[in-house]
Amino acid sequence: MSNANSTGVLSGNHYLDGDHACAEGAIAGGCRFAAGYPITPSTEVVERIASRFPLVGGRFQQFEDELGASIALLGGVWGGAKAMTVTSGPGFSLMMEHLGYAAITETPCVYIDVQRPGPSTGLPTAPAQGDMMQARFGSHGDFRVIALCPNSPQECFDLTFRAFNLAEEYRVPVLVMLDEVVGHMTEKVVIPTPDKLQVTPRRYTKKKPGEGFKLYEAPAGSLVPEMVKAGDGYRIHVTGLTHDERGYPAMNVPTQEKMQARLMDKLLNNVDQIVSWEEKNLAGAEVVVVSYGITSRVAEKAIQAARDQGVKVGSFRLITAWPFPEKQIKALAGKVKAFVVPELNLGQMALEVERVVGGKTKTVSVPHPGGTVHNPEVITKAILEAVR
Amino acid sequence: MGPTEIKFGGLGGQGVILGGIIVGKAAALYDEKFSCLTQAFGPEARGSACSAQVVVDEHPIMYPYVHHPHIMVVLSQDAFVKFSPELRENGTLLIEEDLVKPTNLPKGVKVFAVPATRIAEELGKRMVLNIVMVGFFTAVTGLVSEQAAREAVKDSVPPATVELNMRAFERGLEYGKKLVAKA
Repeated sequence: MSNANSTGVLSGNHYLDGDHACAEGAIAGGCRFAAGYPITPSTEVVERIASRFPLVGGRFQQFEDELGASIALLGGVWGGAKAMTVTSGPGFSLMMEHLGYAAITETPCVYIDVQRPGPSTGLPTAPAQGDMMQARFGSHGDFRVIALCPNSPQECFDLTFRAFNLAEEYRVPVLVMLDEVVGHMTEKVVIPTPDKLQVTPRRYTKKKPGEGFKLYEAPAGSLVPEMVKAGDGYRIHVTGLTHDERGYPAMNVPTQEKMQARLMDKLLNNVDQIVSWEEKNLAGAEVVVVSYGITSRVAEKAIQAARDQGVKVGSFRLITAWPFPEKQIKALAGKVKAFVVPELNLGQMALEVERVVGGKTKTVSVPHPGGTVHNPEVITKAILEAVR
Repeated sequence: MGPTEIKFGGLGGQGVILGGIIVGKAAALYDEKFSCLTQAFGPEARGSACSAQVVVDEHPIMYPYVHHPHIMVVLSQDAFVKFSPELRENGTLLIEEDLVKPTNLPKGVKVFAVPATRIAEELGKRMVLNIVMVGFFTAVTGLVSEQAAREAVKDSVPPATVELNMRAFERGLEYGKKLVAKA
Protein backbone atom coordinates (compact mmCIF):
# COMPACT_ATOMS: atom_id res chain seq x y z
CA MET A 1 0.00 0.00 0.00
CA SER A 2 1.13 3.54 -0.64
CA ASN A 3 -0.32 7.03 -0.20
CA ALA A 4 -2.61 8.26 -2.95
CA ASN A 5 -1.04 10.57 -5.51
CA SER A 6 -1.82 13.97 -4.02
CA THR A 7 -2.35 15.69 -7.38
CA GLY A 8 -5.48 13.66 -7.87
CA VAL A 9 -7.06 14.10 -4.47
CA LEU A 10 -9.43 17.00 -3.75
CA SER A 11 -9.15 16.68 0.03
CA GLY A 12 -11.86 18.53 1.91
CA ASN A 13 -15.62 18.80 2.23
CA HIS A 14 -17.68 18.90 -0.93
CA TYR A 15 -21.32 18.95 -1.94
CA LEU A 16 -21.36 16.40 -4.74
CA ASP A 17 -23.73 14.12 -6.53
CA GLY A 18 -23.01 10.40 -6.60
CA ASP A 19 -21.78 10.38 -10.20
CA HIS A 20 -19.24 13.14 -9.52
CA ALA A 21 -18.19 11.45 -6.30
CA CYS A 22 -17.52 8.26 -8.27
CA ALA A 23 -15.24 10.20 -10.59
CA GLU A 24 -13.32 11.65 -7.62
CA GLY A 25 -13.05 8.22 -5.99
CA ALA A 26 -11.59 6.85 -9.22
CA ILE A 27 -9.07 9.67 -9.54
CA ALA A 28 -8.01 9.29 -5.90
CA GLY A 29 -7.72 5.54 -6.46
CA GLY A 30 -5.19 6.14 -9.20
CA CYS A 31 -7.37 5.88 -12.30
CA ARG A 32 -5.68 7.67 -15.19
CA PHE A 33 -7.43 6.15 -18.18
CA ALA A 34 -11.17 6.08 -18.75
CA ALA A 35 -12.86 4.81 -21.85
CA GLY A 36 -16.53 5.49 -22.29
CA TYR A 37 -19.56 5.89 -24.42
CA PRO A 38 -21.61 8.32 -22.32
CA ILE A 39 -25.09 7.18 -21.40
CA THR A 40 -27.77 8.48 -19.03
CA PRO A 41 -27.75 8.34 -16.03
CA SER A 42 -23.99 7.77 -15.85
CA THR A 43 -22.93 10.68 -18.09
CA GLU A 44 -21.96 12.96 -15.19
CA VAL A 45 -19.25 10.49 -14.14
CA VAL A 46 -17.40 10.85 -17.44
CA GLU A 47 -18.17 14.58 -17.67
CA ARG A 48 -16.33 15.05 -14.40
CA ILE A 49 -13.55 12.69 -15.50
CA ALA A 50 -13.18 14.50 -18.82
CA SER A 51 -12.81 17.89 -17.11
CA ARG A 52 -10.55 16.67 -14.28
CA PHE A 53 -8.21 14.28 -16.12
CA PRO A 54 -6.25 16.95 -18.00
CA LEU A 55 -5.30 18.41 -14.60
CA VAL A 56 -3.99 15.13 -13.20
CA GLY A 57 -2.29 13.59 -16.23
CA GLY A 58 -5.11 11.24 -17.11
CA ARG A 59 -6.74 10.50 -20.41
CA PHE A 60 -10.42 10.13 -21.13
CA GLN A 61 -11.45 8.84 -24.48
CA GLN A 62 -14.93 8.57 -25.90
CA PHE A 63 -15.33 5.58 -28.19
CA GLU A 64 -17.71 4.74 -31.00
CA ASP A 65 -19.72 2.44 -28.76
CA GLU A 66 -19.57 0.41 -25.56
CA LEU A 67 -17.73 -2.45 -27.25
CA GLY A 68 -14.93 -0.09 -28.18
CA ALA A 69 -14.89 1.44 -24.71
CA SER A 70 -14.84 -1.84 -22.82
CA ILE A 71 -12.00 -3.34 -24.83
CA ALA A 72 -9.99 -0.09 -24.79
CA LEU A 73 -10.34 -0.25 -21.01
CA LEU A 74 -8.47 -3.55 -21.01
CA GLY A 75 -5.84 -2.28 -23.42
CA GLY A 76 -5.28 0.70 -21.14
CA VAL A 77 -4.67 -1.61 -18.19
CA TRP A 78 -2.14 -3.76 -20.06
CA GLY A 79 -0.48 -0.54 -21.16
CA GLY A 80 0.13 0.27 -17.50
CA ALA A 81 -2.79 2.48 -16.42
CA LYS A 82 -5.39 1.96 -13.77
CA ALA A 83 -8.55 2.26 -15.79
CA MET A 84 -12.32 2.19 -15.79
CA THR A 85 -15.34 2.44 -17.99
CA VAL A 86 -18.71 3.90 -17.08
CA THR A 87 -22.11 2.91 -18.39
CA SER A 88 -25.75 2.05 -17.75
CA GLY A 89 -27.82 -1.04 -18.55
CA PRO A 90 -27.85 -0.98 -22.37
CA GLY A 91 -24.11 -0.38 -22.45
CA PHE A 92 -23.51 -2.87 -19.67
CA SER A 93 -25.16 -5.54 -21.82
CA LEU A 94 -22.81 -4.76 -24.70
CA MET A 95 -19.81 -4.94 -22.38
CA MET A 96 -20.53 -8.46 -21.16
CA GLU A 97 -18.22 -10.16 -23.66
CA HIS A 98 -15.27 -8.08 -22.49
CA LEU A 99 -16.17 -8.58 -18.85
CA GLY A 100 -15.53 -12.29 -19.38
CA TYR A 101 -12.35 -11.47 -21.25
CA ALA A 102 -11.20 -9.31 -18.31
CA ALA A 103 -11.93 -12.21 -15.96
CA ILE A 104 -10.01 -14.88 -17.92
CA THR A 105 -7.07 -12.57 -18.68
CA GLU A 106 -7.09 -11.38 -15.03
CA THR A 107 -7.10 -7.75 -16.05
CA PRO A 108 -7.58 -5.50 -13.00
CA CYS A 109 -10.25 -3.01 -14.04
CA VAL A 110 -13.31 -1.14 -12.83
CA TYR A 111 -16.76 -0.88 -14.39
CA ILE A 112 -19.27 1.64 -13.11
CA ASP A 113 -22.89 0.84 -13.91
CA VAL A 114 -25.47 3.48 -12.99
CA GLN A 115 -28.59 1.37 -13.25
CA ARG A 116 -31.80 2.43 -15.00
CA PRO A 117 -34.91 0.34 -15.68
CA GLY A 118 -34.85 -2.17 -18.51
CA PRO A 119 -35.01 -4.39 -20.34
CA SER A 120 -33.32 -2.76 -23.30
CA THR A 121 -33.35 1.05 -23.32
CA GLY A 122 -36.21 1.06 -20.78
CA LEU A 123 -36.50 4.30 -18.80
CA PRO A 124 -33.26 6.23 -19.34
CA THR A 125 -33.71 8.90 -16.65
CA ALA A 126 -35.08 6.77 -13.82
CA PRO A 127 -33.69 4.44 -11.14
CA ALA A 128 -33.54 0.64 -11.09
CA GLN A 129 -31.45 -2.17 -9.65
CA GLY A 130 -32.09 -4.64 -12.42
CA ASP A 131 -28.50 -5.45 -13.40
CA MET A 132 -27.54 -7.29 -10.22
CA MET A 133 -27.72 -10.80 -11.63
CA GLN A 134 -26.21 -9.62 -14.90
CA ALA A 135 -23.22 -8.38 -12.90
CA ARG A 136 -22.72 -11.88 -11.56
CA PHE A 137 -23.72 -14.03 -14.52
CA GLY A 138 -23.89 -11.72 -17.54
CA SER A 139 -20.88 -13.04 -19.40
CA HIS A 140 -20.78 -16.67 -20.46
CA GLY A 141 -18.95 -19.41 -18.63
CA ASP A 142 -18.04 -19.47 -14.95
CA PHE A 143 -16.30 -16.42 -13.64
CA ARG A 144 -16.26 -14.28 -10.51
CA VAL A 145 -16.39 -10.55 -10.05
CA ILE A 146 -16.61 -8.19 -7.12
CA ALA A 147 -19.68 -5.91 -7.15
CA LEU A 148 -20.14 -3.00 -4.74
CA CYS A 149 -23.39 -1.11 -4.03
CA PRO A 150 -23.05 2.45 -2.69
CA ASN A 151 -26.11 4.08 -1.09
CA SER A 152 -24.83 7.67 -0.89
CA PRO A 153 -22.49 10.05 -2.70
CA GLN A 154 -19.96 9.53 0.13
CA GLU A 155 -20.02 5.81 -0.53
CA CYS A 156 -19.75 6.45 -4.26
CA PHE A 157 -16.39 8.02 -3.47
CA ASP A 158 -15.33 5.44 -0.90
CA LEU A 159 -16.37 2.36 -2.85
CA THR A 160 -15.04 3.51 -6.22
CA PHE A 161 -11.74 4.19 -4.47
CA ARG A 162 -11.88 0.72 -2.91
CA ALA A 163 -12.83 -0.83 -6.27
CA PHE A 164 -9.46 0.15 -7.72
CA ASN A 165 -7.64 -1.43 -4.77
CA LEU A 166 -9.67 -4.63 -4.95
CA ALA A 167 -9.07 -4.88 -8.70
CA GLU A 168 -5.29 -4.82 -8.13
CA GLU A 169 -5.37 -7.10 -5.10
CA TYR A 170 -7.23 -9.92 -6.85
CA ARG A 171 -6.81 -9.05 -10.53
CA VAL A 172 -10.53 -9.20 -11.23
CA PRO A 173 -13.07 -6.85 -12.76
CA VAL A 174 -14.72 -4.83 -10.00
CA LEU A 175 -18.18 -3.43 -10.64
CA VAL A 176 -19.58 -0.39 -8.87
CA MET A 177 -23.35 -0.76 -9.10
CA LEU A 178 -25.10 2.57 -8.56
CA ASP A 179 -28.72 3.36 -9.28
CA GLU A 180 -29.99 6.59 -10.83
CA VAL A 181 -31.06 8.11 -7.50
CA VAL A 182 -27.72 7.55 -5.79
CA GLY A 183 -25.97 8.76 -8.95
CA HIS A 184 -27.90 12.01 -9.05
CA MET A 185 -28.49 12.84 -5.39
CA THR A 186 -26.26 15.51 -3.88
CA GLU A 187 -24.88 15.31 -0.34
CA LYS A 188 -21.81 16.16 1.66
CA VAL A 189 -18.79 14.15 0.57
CA VAL A 190 -15.62 14.21 2.65
CA ILE A 191 -12.48 13.45 0.66
CA PRO A 192 -9.65 12.48 3.04
CA THR A 193 -6.07 13.65 2.76
CA PRO A 194 -3.79 11.48 0.59
CA ASP A 195 -2.06 9.92 3.63
CA LYS A 196 -5.45 8.54 4.72
CA LEU A 197 -6.08 7.02 1.28
CA GLN A 198 -3.97 3.90 0.95
CA VAL A 199 -3.65 2.76 -2.63
CA THR A 200 -2.79 -0.78 -3.73
CA PRO A 201 -0.19 -0.43 -6.48
CA ARG A 202 -0.13 -2.79 -9.42
CA ARG A 203 2.08 -5.77 -8.61
CA TYR A 204 4.68 -6.07 -11.33
CA THR A 205 7.18 -8.90 -11.53
CA LYS A 206 10.72 -8.23 -10.34
CA LYS A 207 12.08 -10.58 -13.00
CA LYS A 208 13.63 -8.89 -15.98
CA PRO A 209 12.76 -9.81 -19.57
CA GLY A 210 14.40 -13.14 -20.43
CA GLU A 211 14.57 -14.30 -16.79
CA GLY A 212 11.79 -16.85 -17.17
CA PHE A 213 8.79 -14.74 -16.17
CA LYS A 214 5.54 -16.62 -16.67
CA LEU A 215 2.47 -14.44 -17.14
CA TYR A 216 0.02 -16.66 -15.27
CA GLU A 217 2.23 -18.25 -12.64
CA ALA A 218 1.20 -17.07 -9.19
CA PRO A 219 4.08 -16.49 -6.76
CA ALA A 220 4.43 -19.05 -3.94
CA GLY A 221 1.74 -18.58 -1.32
CA SER A 222 -0.47 -16.51 -3.62
CA LEU A 223 -3.14 -17.27 -6.19
CA VAL A 224 -2.69 -13.97 -8.01
CA PRO A 225 0.04 -13.73 -10.66
CA GLU A 226 2.20 -10.65 -11.10
CA MET A 227 1.89 -8.43 -14.15
CA VAL A 228 4.10 -6.85 -16.76
CA LYS A 229 3.43 -3.83 -18.89
CA ALA A 230 3.23 -3.82 -22.67
CA GLY A 231 6.34 -2.20 -24.09
CA ASP A 232 8.70 -3.21 -21.28
CA GLY A 233 10.35 -5.91 -23.37
CA TYR A 234 8.59 -9.05 -22.15
CA ARG A 235 7.29 -11.51 -24.70
CA ILE A 236 3.78 -12.16 -23.48
CA HIS A 237 0.60 -13.65 -24.83
CA VAL A 238 -2.74 -12.46 -23.45
CA THR A 239 -5.65 -14.52 -24.68
CA GLY A 240 -9.27 -15.30 -23.99
CA LEU A 241 -8.60 -18.94 -24.80
CA THR A 242 -7.92 -21.35 -21.96
CA HIS A 243 -4.23 -20.87 -21.28
CA ASP A 244 -1.35 -22.34 -19.30
CA GLU A 245 0.99 -20.53 -16.91
CA ARG A 246 2.90 -19.02 -19.83
CA GLY A 247 -0.31 -17.57 -21.20
CA TYR A 248 -0.28 -19.82 -24.27
CA PRO A 249 -3.52 -21.43 -25.40
CA ALA A 250 -3.69 -24.99 -24.11
CA MET A 251 -7.01 -26.40 -25.09
CA ASN A 252 -7.31 -29.44 -22.92
CA VAL A 253 -9.26 -30.43 -19.86
CA PRO A 254 -6.44 -30.44 -17.28
CA THR A 255 -5.47 -26.86 -18.17
CA GLN A 256 -9.10 -25.73 -18.04
CA GLU A 257 -9.54 -27.39 -14.65
CA LYS A 258 -6.37 -25.91 -13.22
CA MET A 259 -6.99 -22.41 -14.59
CA GLN A 260 -10.61 -22.28 -13.47
CA ALA A 261 -9.78 -23.64 -10.02
CA ARG A 262 -7.29 -20.85 -9.44
CA LEU A 263 -9.60 -18.17 -10.88
CA MET A 264 -12.37 -19.25 -8.49
CA ASP A 265 -10.14 -19.82 -5.46
CA LYS A 266 -8.38 -16.47 -5.63
CA LEU A 267 -11.72 -14.87 -4.72
CA LEU A 268 -13.46 -17.63 -2.77
CA ASN A 269 -10.48 -18.12 -0.44
CA ASN A 270 -10.53 -14.43 0.35
CA VAL A 271 -14.24 -13.81 0.74
CA ASP A 272 -13.83 -12.72 4.37
CA GLN A 273 -11.45 -9.94 3.32
CA ILE A 274 -13.76 -8.79 0.54
CA VAL A 275 -17.35 -8.90 1.81
CA SER A 276 -18.75 -5.87 3.56
CA TRP A 277 -22.18 -5.06 4.88
CA GLU A 278 -23.90 -2.84 7.39
CA GLU A 279 -26.18 -4.35 10.02
CA LYS A 280 -28.57 -2.71 12.47
CA ASN A 281 -30.68 -4.16 15.29
CA LEU A 282 -30.08 -7.78 14.39
CA ALA A 283 -30.04 -8.97 18.01
CA GLY A 284 -33.48 -10.40 18.75
CA ALA A 285 -34.87 -9.41 15.36
CA GLU A 286 -37.99 -11.23 14.14
CA VAL A 287 -37.62 -9.93 10.61
CA VAL A 288 -34.49 -8.83 8.77
CA VAL A 289 -34.75 -6.51 5.81
CA VAL A 290 -31.99 -7.16 3.27
CA SER A 291 -31.45 -4.27 0.90
CA TYR A 292 -28.82 -2.26 -0.95
CA GLY A 293 -28.31 1.03 -2.79
CA ILE A 294 -31.11 3.59 -2.67
CA THR A 295 -33.58 0.93 -1.55
CA SER A 296 -31.72 0.58 1.76
CA ARG A 297 -32.52 4.23 2.51
CA VAL A 298 -36.17 3.91 1.55
CA ALA A 299 -36.38 0.72 3.61
CA GLU A 300 -35.12 2.61 6.65
CA LYS A 301 -38.37 4.59 6.71
CA ALA A 302 -40.39 1.37 6.41
CA ILE A 303 -38.39 -0.31 9.16
CA GLN A 304 -38.99 2.62 11.49
CA ALA A 305 -42.74 2.46 10.82
CA ALA A 306 -42.79 -1.29 11.58
CA ARG A 307 -40.73 -0.81 14.75
CA ASP A 308 -43.20 1.86 15.84
CA GLN A 309 -45.85 -0.87 15.62
CA GLY A 310 -43.83 -3.10 17.93
CA VAL A 311 -42.22 -5.44 15.40
CA LYS A 312 -38.58 -6.29 16.01
CA VAL A 313 -37.02 -5.51 12.64
CA GLY A 314 -33.34 -5.59 11.87
CA SER A 315 -31.60 -4.53 8.71
CA PHE A 316 -28.79 -6.01 6.72
CA ARG A 317 -27.42 -3.78 3.97
CA LEU A 318 -25.35 -5.36 1.23
CA ILE A 319 -22.27 -3.27 0.47
CA THR A 320 -20.75 -6.09 -1.55
CA ALA A 321 -23.48 -7.79 -3.53
CA TRP A 322 -20.84 -10.13 -5.02
CA PRO A 323 -19.30 -11.97 -3.32
CA PHE A 324 -22.55 -12.27 -1.40
CA PRO A 325 -22.18 -12.16 2.41
CA GLU A 326 -23.28 -15.77 2.53
CA LYS A 327 -21.87 -16.71 5.93
CA GLN A 328 -23.49 -13.71 7.61
CA ILE A 329 -26.96 -14.34 6.15
CA LYS A 330 -26.70 -18.07 6.85
CA ALA A 331 -25.99 -17.31 10.50
CA LEU A 332 -29.35 -15.53 10.76
CA ALA A 333 -31.32 -18.25 8.96
CA GLY A 334 -33.49 -20.27 11.32
CA LYS A 335 -33.20 -17.55 13.98
CA VAL A 336 -35.53 -15.03 12.37
CA LYS A 337 -39.05 -15.48 11.06
CA ALA A 338 -38.42 -13.92 7.67
CA PHE A 339 -36.07 -12.06 5.40
CA VAL A 340 -37.76 -9.22 3.52
CA VAL A 341 -35.91 -8.18 0.38
CA PRO A 342 -37.08 -4.97 -1.32
CA GLU A 343 -35.22 -4.09 -4.52
CA LEU A 344 -35.85 -2.12 -7.71
CA ASN A 345 -36.20 -5.23 -9.84
CA LEU A 346 -38.61 -8.14 -9.94
CA GLY A 347 -36.63 -10.23 -7.47
CA GLN A 348 -32.90 -10.76 -8.06
CA MET A 349 -30.87 -10.59 -4.85
CA ALA A 350 -33.95 -12.10 -3.18
CA LEU A 351 -33.09 -15.28 -5.09
CA GLU A 352 -29.62 -15.28 -3.58
CA VAL A 353 -31.00 -14.72 -0.08
CA GLU A 354 -33.43 -17.57 -0.63
CA ARG A 355 -30.65 -19.85 -1.88
CA VAL A 356 -28.38 -19.12 1.05
CA VAL A 357 -31.15 -19.44 3.62
CA GLY A 358 -31.95 -22.88 2.20
CA GLY A 359 -35.54 -23.05 3.39
CA LYS A 360 -34.71 -22.46 7.08
CA THR A 361 -36.53 -19.13 7.05
CA LYS A 362 -38.96 -17.72 4.55
CA THR A 363 -37.73 -15.08 2.10
CA VAL A 364 -40.21 -12.41 1.05
CA SER A 365 -39.35 -10.55 -2.15
CA VAL A 366 -40.71 -6.99 -2.41
CA PRO A 367 -40.27 -6.36 -6.12
CA HIS A 368 -40.54 -3.08 -8.01
CA PRO A 369 -40.14 -2.69 -11.78
CA GLY A 370 -38.10 0.52 -11.31
CA GLY A 371 -38.77 4.04 -12.54
CA THR A 372 -39.01 5.38 -9.00
CA VAL A 373 -38.33 4.02 -5.53
CA HIS A 374 -40.68 1.89 -3.41
CA ASN A 375 -43.45 3.50 -1.47
CA PRO A 376 -42.10 2.79 2.04
CA GLU A 377 -45.61 1.69 3.12
CA VAL A 378 -45.39 -1.28 0.76
CA ILE A 379 -42.24 -2.45 2.50
CA THR A 380 -43.79 -1.86 5.94
CA LYS A 381 -46.79 -3.96 4.92
CA ALA A 382 -44.49 -6.79 3.77
CA ILE A 383 -42.67 -6.67 7.13
CA LEU A 384 -45.92 -6.76 9.11
CA GLU A 385 -47.30 -9.64 7.04
CA ALA A 386 -44.05 -11.56 7.35
CA VAL A 387 -44.25 -11.71 11.18
CA ARG A 388 -47.88 -12.74 11.23
CA MET B 1 -37.65 18.94 15.08
CA GLY B 2 -37.38 16.35 12.29
CA PRO B 3 -36.49 16.90 8.67
CA THR B 4 -37.47 20.08 6.84
CA GLU B 5 -38.51 19.45 3.26
CA ILE B 6 -38.03 22.19 0.70
CA LYS B 7 -38.94 22.38 -2.95
CA PHE B 8 -37.51 24.92 -5.41
CA GLY B 9 -39.43 25.32 -8.66
CA GLY B 10 -39.18 27.55 -11.70
CA LEU B 11 -38.29 27.59 -15.36
CA GLY B 12 -35.20 25.82 -16.64
CA GLY B 13 -32.59 28.59 -17.01
CA GLN B 14 -33.64 30.62 -13.94
CA GLY B 15 -31.01 28.99 -11.77
CA VAL B 16 -33.54 27.06 -9.73
CA ILE B 17 -31.32 24.03 -9.22
CA LEU B 18 -28.33 26.17 -8.23
CA GLY B 19 -30.53 27.91 -5.66
CA GLY B 20 -31.32 24.51 -4.16
CA ILE B 21 -27.69 23.45 -4.24
CA ILE B 22 -26.62 26.60 -2.37
CA VAL B 23 -29.18 26.09 0.39
CA GLY B 24 -28.28 22.39 0.67
CA LYS B 25 -24.58 23.17 0.69
CA ALA B 26 -24.99 25.90 3.32
CA ALA B 27 -26.70 23.42 5.63
CA ALA B 28 -24.38 20.45 4.97
CA LEU B 29 -20.99 22.11 4.71
CA TYR B 30 -21.21 25.31 6.77
CA ASP B 31 -23.99 24.79 9.36
CA GLU B 32 -22.98 21.25 10.27
CA LYS B 33 -26.43 19.92 9.58
CA PHE B 34 -27.29 17.24 7.06
CA SER B 35 -28.88 17.83 3.68
CA CYS B 36 -29.76 15.82 0.64
CA LEU B 37 -30.68 17.27 -2.74
CA THR B 38 -32.49 15.50 -5.51
CA GLN B 39 -33.69 17.08 -8.71
CA ALA B 40 -36.40 16.26 -11.15
CA PHE B 41 -34.34 14.65 -13.86
CA GLY B 42 -35.65 14.21 -17.35
CA PRO B 43 -35.27 15.12 -21.00
CA GLU B 44 -36.75 18.62 -20.46
CA ALA B 45 -34.66 21.57 -21.58
CA ARG B 46 -34.58 25.28 -20.86
CA GLY B 47 -37.95 26.97 -20.44
CA SER B 48 -39.97 24.14 -18.92
CA ALA B 49 -40.88 23.72 -15.26
CA CYS B 50 -38.00 22.25 -13.29
CA SER B 51 -37.44 21.61 -9.62
CA ALA B 52 -34.92 20.76 -6.95
CA GLN B 53 -35.82 19.14 -3.67
CA VAL B 54 -33.79 19.53 -0.53
CA VAL B 55 -34.17 17.82 2.83
CA VAL B 56 -32.41 19.47 5.78
CA ASP B 57 -32.11 17.76 9.16
CA GLU B 58 -30.08 17.70 12.37
CA HIS B 59 -29.63 13.95 11.81
CA PRO B 60 -28.44 11.88 8.82
CA ILE B 61 -31.14 11.73 6.17
CA MET B 62 -32.17 8.32 4.99
CA TYR B 63 -35.26 8.95 2.85
CA PRO B 64 -34.24 11.50 0.22
CA TYR B 65 -37.50 12.37 -1.46
CA VAL B 66 -39.77 15.35 -0.81
CA HIS B 67 -43.50 14.69 -1.14
CA HIS B 68 -45.09 17.44 0.99
CA PRO B 69 -42.66 20.32 1.38
CA HIS B 70 -42.72 22.55 4.45
CA ILE B 71 -41.18 25.31 2.37
CA MET B 72 -41.69 25.99 -1.32
CA VAL B 73 -39.81 28.52 -3.42
CA VAL B 74 -41.28 29.26 -6.84
CA LEU B 75 -39.99 31.51 -9.56
CA SER B 76 -42.63 30.99 -12.26
CA GLN B 77 -46.41 30.66 -12.53
CA ASP B 78 -46.04 27.32 -14.35
CA ALA B 79 -44.03 25.91 -11.49
CA PHE B 80 -46.53 27.34 -9.00
CA VAL B 81 -49.45 25.64 -10.74
CA LYS B 82 -47.57 22.37 -11.06
CA PHE B 83 -46.08 22.13 -7.58
CA SER B 84 -48.19 24.17 -5.12
CA PRO B 85 -50.73 21.38 -4.45
CA GLU B 86 -47.86 19.48 -2.79
CA LEU B 87 -47.26 22.24 -0.23
CA ARG B 88 -48.14 21.33 3.36
CA GLU B 89 -50.92 23.04 5.28
CA ASN B 90 -49.43 25.88 7.33
CA GLY B 91 -46.35 25.71 5.10
CA THR B 92 -44.29 28.62 3.83
CA LEU B 93 -44.38 29.84 0.25
CA LEU B 94 -41.70 32.13 -1.17
CA ILE B 95 -42.46 33.66 -4.56
CA GLU B 96 -41.04 35.96 -7.17
CA GLU B 97 -43.76 38.58 -6.83
CA ASP B 98 -43.89 39.78 -10.46
CA LEU B 99 -43.88 36.28 -11.92
CA VAL B 100 -46.16 34.35 -9.58
CA LYS B 101 -49.77 35.08 -8.63
CA PRO B 102 -50.74 32.53 -5.99
CA THR B 103 -54.28 31.11 -5.95
CA ASN B 104 -56.01 28.18 -4.19
CA LEU B 105 -53.32 27.68 -1.58
CA PRO B 106 -53.44 24.86 0.98
CA LYS B 107 -54.80 25.95 4.38
CA GLY B 108 -52.72 28.26 6.54
CA VAL B 109 -49.89 28.84 4.06
CA LYS B 110 -47.83 31.96 4.74
CA VAL B 111 -46.74 33.75 1.58
CA PHE B 112 -43.60 35.89 1.30
CA ALA B 113 -43.03 37.77 -1.97
CA VAL B 114 -39.93 39.46 -3.33
CA PRO B 115 -39.36 41.25 -6.66
CA ALA B 116 -36.21 39.21 -7.19
CA THR B 117 -36.00 39.86 -10.94
CA ARG B 118 -36.33 43.64 -10.52
CA ILE B 119 -33.67 43.64 -7.81
CA ALA B 120 -31.38 41.58 -10.02
CA GLU B 121 -31.96 43.99 -12.91
CA GLU B 122 -31.05 46.92 -10.66
CA LEU B 123 -27.78 45.12 -9.96
CA GLY B 124 -27.19 44.91 -13.71
CA LYS B 125 -27.79 41.23 -14.33
CA ARG B 126 -31.15 39.51 -14.35
CA MET B 127 -29.35 36.17 -14.06
CA VAL B 128 -28.67 36.66 -10.35
CA LEU B 129 -32.36 36.56 -9.43
CA ASN B 130 -31.83 33.10 -7.97
CA ILE B 131 -29.18 34.41 -5.60
CA VAL B 132 -31.50 37.26 -4.54
CA MET B 133 -33.97 34.49 -3.78
CA VAL B 134 -31.39 32.57 -1.73
CA GLY B 135 -30.79 35.71 0.38
CA PHE B 136 -34.53 36.17 0.78
CA PHE B 137 -34.90 32.49 1.72
CA THR B 138 -32.19 32.81 4.36
CA ALA B 139 -33.87 35.81 6.00
CA VAL B 140 -37.43 34.49 5.88
CA THR B 141 -36.93 30.85 6.85
CA GLY B 142 -33.88 31.02 9.13
CA LEU B 143 -33.24 27.42 8.09
CA VAL B 144 -29.62 28.14 7.23
CA SER B 145 -27.44 30.73 8.95
CA GLU B 146 -26.51 33.94 7.12
CA GLN B 147 -22.82 33.12 7.31
CA ALA B 148 -23.31 29.60 5.99
CA ALA B 149 -25.41 30.89 3.11
CA ARG B 150 -22.76 33.51 2.25
CA GLU B 151 -20.04 30.86 2.19
CA ALA B 152 -22.16 28.58 0.06
CA VAL B 153 -22.90 31.34 -2.48
CA LYS B 154 -19.19 32.19 -2.75
CA ASP B 155 -18.38 28.56 -3.20
CA SER B 156 -20.97 27.88 -5.89
CA VAL B 157 -20.75 30.72 -8.42
CA PRO B 158 -18.03 31.36 -11.02
CA PRO B 159 -15.08 33.20 -9.36
CA ALA B 160 -15.43 36.28 -11.59
CA THR B 161 -19.04 36.79 -10.48
CA VAL B 162 -18.62 36.41 -6.71
CA GLU B 163 -18.91 40.12 -5.98
CA LEU B 164 -22.08 40.58 -8.01
CA ASN B 165 -23.62 37.48 -6.51
CA MET B 166 -22.77 38.56 -2.97
CA ARG B 167 -24.53 41.87 -3.60
CA ALA B 168 -27.52 39.98 -4.92
CA PHE B 169 -27.52 37.81 -1.82
CA GLU B 170 -27.33 40.79 0.55
CA ARG B 171 -30.17 42.59 -1.24
CA GLY B 172 -32.43 39.55 -0.98
CA LEU B 173 -31.47 39.08 2.66
CA GLU B 174 -32.17 42.70 3.51
CA TYR B 175 -35.55 42.64 1.73
CA GLY B 176 -36.51 39.48 3.59
CA LYS B 177 -35.48 40.85 6.98
CA LYS B 178 -37.60 43.97 6.49
CA LEU B 179 -40.58 41.89 5.44
CA VAL B 180 -40.26 39.60 8.46
CA ALA B 181 -39.92 42.61 10.81
CA LYS B 182 -43.16 44.02 9.41
CA ALA B 183 -45.05 40.72 9.66
